[in-house]
Amino acid sequence: MSPVAHTPIDRRSFLRLTAMAGGGLVLGHYVLPSAGAEGAAPAAEKVNGLFIPNVFIRIAPDGAVTIFSARPEVGQGIKTSLPMVVAEELGADWKSVTVVSGQLDPAFGPQFAGGSMSTPMSYAEMRRMGATARTMLVQAAASAWSVPPGECVASAGAVVHTPTGRRLGFGELVARASALPVPDEGSVVLKDPRDFSLMGTRVGGVDNPRVVTGQPLFGIDQRRPGMVYAVFQASPVWGARPLSANLDHVKALPGVRDAFIIDRTVPAGQLTGLVPGVAIVAESTWAAFSARAELKVTWEEGRFAKSSWDDFARQAGELAAASPDSPSIAEARRDGDVDKALAASARVVEASYSYPFISHANLEPQNCLVHVQGDRAEVWAPTQNPDGARKIAAEVLGIPPEHVQVTITRIGGGFGRRLDSDPVAQCAAIAQKAGVPVKLVWDRTDDLQHDHYRPGGFHFLKGAIDAQGRLSAWRSHHVSFGSNMGADDYPARFVPNYLLLTSVLENGVPQGPWRAPGSNTYAWVTCCFLDELAHAAARDPVEFNLALLGDRDLVTGTGRKGRPYNAARMRNVVRQVAEKSGWGKPLPRGSGMGLGYYFSHQGYIAEVAEVTVSRSGDLRVDRVVAAVDVGSQIVNLSGAENQVQGSISDGLSAAWRQELDIRQGRVVQSNFNEYPMLRMPDAPRKIEIHFVKTDYPPTGLGEPALPPLAPAVYNAIFAATGKRVRQLPISRTDLSWS
Amino acid sequence: MSKFNLQVNGRSHEVDVVPETPLLWVLRDNLDMVGTKFGCGIGQCGACTVHLDGNPARACQTPVASAASSKITTIEGLSGDGSHPLQRAWCEIDVAQCGYCQAGQIMTAAALLSQNPSPTDQDIDDAMGGNLCRCATYLRIRAAIHRAAELAQAGKEIRA
Ligand code: FES
Ligand code: FES
Repeated sequence: MSPVAHTPIDRRSFLRLTAMAGGGLVLGHYVLPSAGAEGAAPAAEKVNGLFIPNVFIRIAPDGAVTIFSARPEVGQGIKTSLPMVVAEELGADWKSVTVVSGQLDPAFGPQFAGGSMSTPMSYAEMRRMGATARTMLVQAAASAWSVPPGECVASAGAVVHTPTGRRLGFGELVARASALPVPDEGSVVLKDPRDFSLMGTRVGGVDNPRVVTGQPLFGIDQRRPGMVYAVFQASPVWGARPLSANLDHVKALPGVRDAFIIDRTVPAGQLTGLVPGVAIVAESTWAAFSARAELKVTWEEGRFAKSSWDDFARQAGELAAASPDSPSIAEARRDGDVDKALAASARVVEASYSYPFISHANLEPQNCLVHVQGDRAEVWAPTQNPDGARKIAAEVLGIPPEHVQVTITRIGGGFGRRLDSDPVAQCAAIAQKAGVPVKLVWDRTDDLQHDHYRPGGFHFLKGAIDAQGRLSAWRSHHVSFGSNMGADDYPARFVPNYLLLTSVLENGVPQGPWRAPGSNTYAWVTCCFLDELAHAAARDPVEFNLALLGDRDLVTGTGRKGRPYNAARMRNVVRQVAEKSGWGKPLPRGSGMGLGYYFSHQGYIAEVAEVTVSRSGDLRVDRVVAAVDVGSQIVNLSGAENQVQGSISDGLSAAWRQELDIRQGRVVQSNFNEYPMLRMPDAPRKIEIHFVKTDYPPTGLGEPALPPLAPAVYNAIFAATGKRVRQLPISRTDLSWS
Repeated sequence: MSKFNLQVNGRSHEVDVVPETPLLWVLRDNLDMVGTKFGCGIGQCGACTVHLDGNPARACQTPVASAASSKITTIEGLSGDGSHPLQRAWCEIDVAQCGYCQAGQIMTAAALLSQNPSPTDQDIDDAMGGNLCRCATYLRIRAAIHRAAELAQAGKEIRA
């Protein structure tokens, strides 16, 4: 995803420009830069009477402050946190702030929510937006009083002249401030973080009151006059095409308006956009679901019709046994001489780790609402990637992207799934034929069987411990389904003799980003194998890992990912988590502690899990302690803690029981009864979070607290039971001990 | 199609639907009350939880015909204005992440509190185990139920 470049200064003239283009008068078509899911987006006709220093802020004469939140809210809390950044710099009274979101508009700059990128990409800019507006309000007040602006401060929604205590509310300054030129970026002074009074506190989500009263916030809740309901049956076998279907029978069923075959892929040849299938359009969701139960389709199943997980595992085993010169094996990184170091070592540990495909299983099933009128379309979608939604809808409909207007709704869970817009593509194709607004809703089976999965994988590892008990060699062969470990992925750069080999299994399984892509499994493989090596070296795992992290502070990147690894930050969180968790305290047999740590999404996070395994093998996670370094500033403490708690529990959910089986080219599981996810009784009893502040720019928290959890729990299971488990999920293994 | 008279949140609504239609879809499609959510359609996730005569029920597993004789309460009618102790506690504790499961969680918790005004952790786990939260906000849900129990208790003391 490359962020769209955008004009940093003179936002007001940029706004005017956008309002004209968006208003579409030039194009002779009146598309209001439309009422979003919950309000109006920037529009020229709303400018009058308001102070609008930039596209993110509006202040009304009564002092009401409106802050626009451009990024989709998936539950990561961005709709609250980025406006808090604006409000902090502005000096607004949070109680008089209304946050509005919902519209895709290039004036806002990049609008996707993914990769934990919203905070790092927007934090500095949101500060500038707030500070620019505050500077203008202060200037307006200073000129009203004929005093130097330096004697005035903005706070709690007013500007105060410090020497005299005179005060003008933001509302009273609207007219004067609106007449001022927008100052250039360089002249705007940001607040000293020591003066922050809103950021770093616990603020409840701005939509909470509407969430707890059941308001129509989500994609699936949207409705338009004259709307019909659609389902889409894609082939259970990936890459298949419908040859025929009992369409006449289905069309005659009660409440059914239409049924038809869609036989194309958009983008052409890809499995993650529009895929071939059968659409049913009906007068209600239930009529559509009921009709679908009677749909019979004959498929041409294609070349992946025989794939199975067992066969993938067999192929992976063959690759592991093959000579490294085999054409199916690539060398991703080689440092030193691994074979020599293995031969010279005091101990060699060999292990293979594997994990299955898993699903995002967003609780809100995929859905979309589209209304196509001529060469224009309106889309309402719970999308993490509104620009991608616009593009794919345009491509399906054969119209220019500017003719597609996208309203971003609240999202009932993202986790990366909604960066892909296949439901938008399907709904657009159906709505084009229907000619009226169409709401497409997937059922849970669609959702589990047509996800873009977190890939499974196989890792074949060898590690060597030298006579001094140090890790002297690491040899790893990663057999993947498309995307492999990178040359710089940990512990590369920290082991003198290091070899990473990669292979890819040919497969037709659609894959996509799942919370902390790559890291979500690599952390497990890496930290579990490191734990094995620590025990082989008869060293304490915390001490062993700290020693591995060495004494360099910043380790530069060399490989494909090329990111520097700040070993000092990582050592710091590992030490902190050991201290806070009481690492090393004696525990009875059946209880144990384990360490996991990983650098992902610019965050340095270490976690210790404390578990109890009963003699009969029942697992309980008693406590998880996390040390979290995401830079200098936590924006919303409540939201940040919620993300870490959620990532830890989600990590446990994935590690404990989530697994999809593949047989005959399709996913076997069809609903939550076959795909058990974490429930309250199994949630960690306690989660303790320690934010470690460092002098680095703030980064995101939607993802990086997840990867360390699985290895922490697995290593704790080993400490508790002596059982070394090398496959995910936990439920595959009998943990009983005696 | 058949006509049914439904008592939802203290008001009566006439709908004309197939008798097997789950109450969930009648609420959402016919009555435009979309606070009750669709998650699985097979009684596994609890997102569709409503009250029938005060008892929690899965609206996806309740044919409209069998709900016609009951008083139906949905999240929209739990308090009308968001003032139920659970709704206040949910805001105070800032429970929601995506928020999609939370109407169902609150409806299940409301039924629990009406039976058991000061539940233990164990009581809460037992009552809430059928409600999935994909964002895994379980610790906050548990904390908010305890908090709501306190708020309800305090409310009673004030009234007394
Ligand atoms: S939708 Fe009814 S229990 Fe899941
Ligand atoms: S808050 Fe997202 S499913 Fe519960």
